[in-house]
Amino acid sequence: MRIAVQEAAFDPSAELAGFGQGRADVGAVVSFTGLVRDDTGQMQALEIEHYPGMTERAIAALVEQAITRWALADAVVIHRYGRLEIGAPIMMVATAARHRQAAFEAAEFLMDYLKSRAPFWKKEITATGAAWVEAKESDEAALSRW
Amino acid sequence: MVELLYFAWLRERIGVPREQVESTAATVADLVEELKTRDPRYAAAFADLSAVRVALDQDLSDFSAPLAGVREVAFFPPMTGG
Repeated sequence: MRIAVQEAAFDPSAELAGFGQGRADVGAVVSFTGLVRDDTGQMQALEIEHYPGMTERAIAALVEQAITRWALADAVVIHRYGRLEIGAPIMMVATAARHRQAAFEAAEFLMDYLKSRAPFWKKEITATGAAWVEAKESDEAALSRW
Repeated sequence: MVELLYFAWLRERIGVPREQVESTAATVADLVEELKTRDPRYAAAFADLSAVRVALDQDLSDFSAPLAGVREVAFFPPMTGG
């Protein structure tokens, strides 16, 4: 298991090199990478604030839950904070399991919970100012399926 | 003495990321009421509590939770990670 909360950029493909491989009990690896998207065409960058200490604790608790529930062989969560350029990776999740359904479900579970239960706050920076991104009702609703 | 932390727009409205306060408040809700009487900045930040989340010693909690033994109280808007 690897959890990283970092300001530095990361390379998703490098993080996946060898992940889940070389063992007999893993038949499926799933990964998701979130990129900084600009929906308005006005964004210059995304700024992410977090709660040092709680962030790592909250993510570790979610990963432990996922490992137990889907019997994962391994899991990775990387999430950046600070100033991010458009198109850059914000975060990634990877799961390794015996079968693909468990790997997919665990990755989706982690994504859903990271959105609204890990203490990160996004702010969109434009030429004319900055605005905090508001949480969506649908993000909260997504948790009920788990 | 309890350490208060503020994040995102709560930090901006209150004007500091953290502060130490003396309080005898029994619950988080009581603490918020106490802060609101101190300065208009707090009244503005805590005007709509449905938009505020709270963590006690780095675990998500709620406004009815008791403060006995708590060292760190964090206030922030709904999280937007991922």
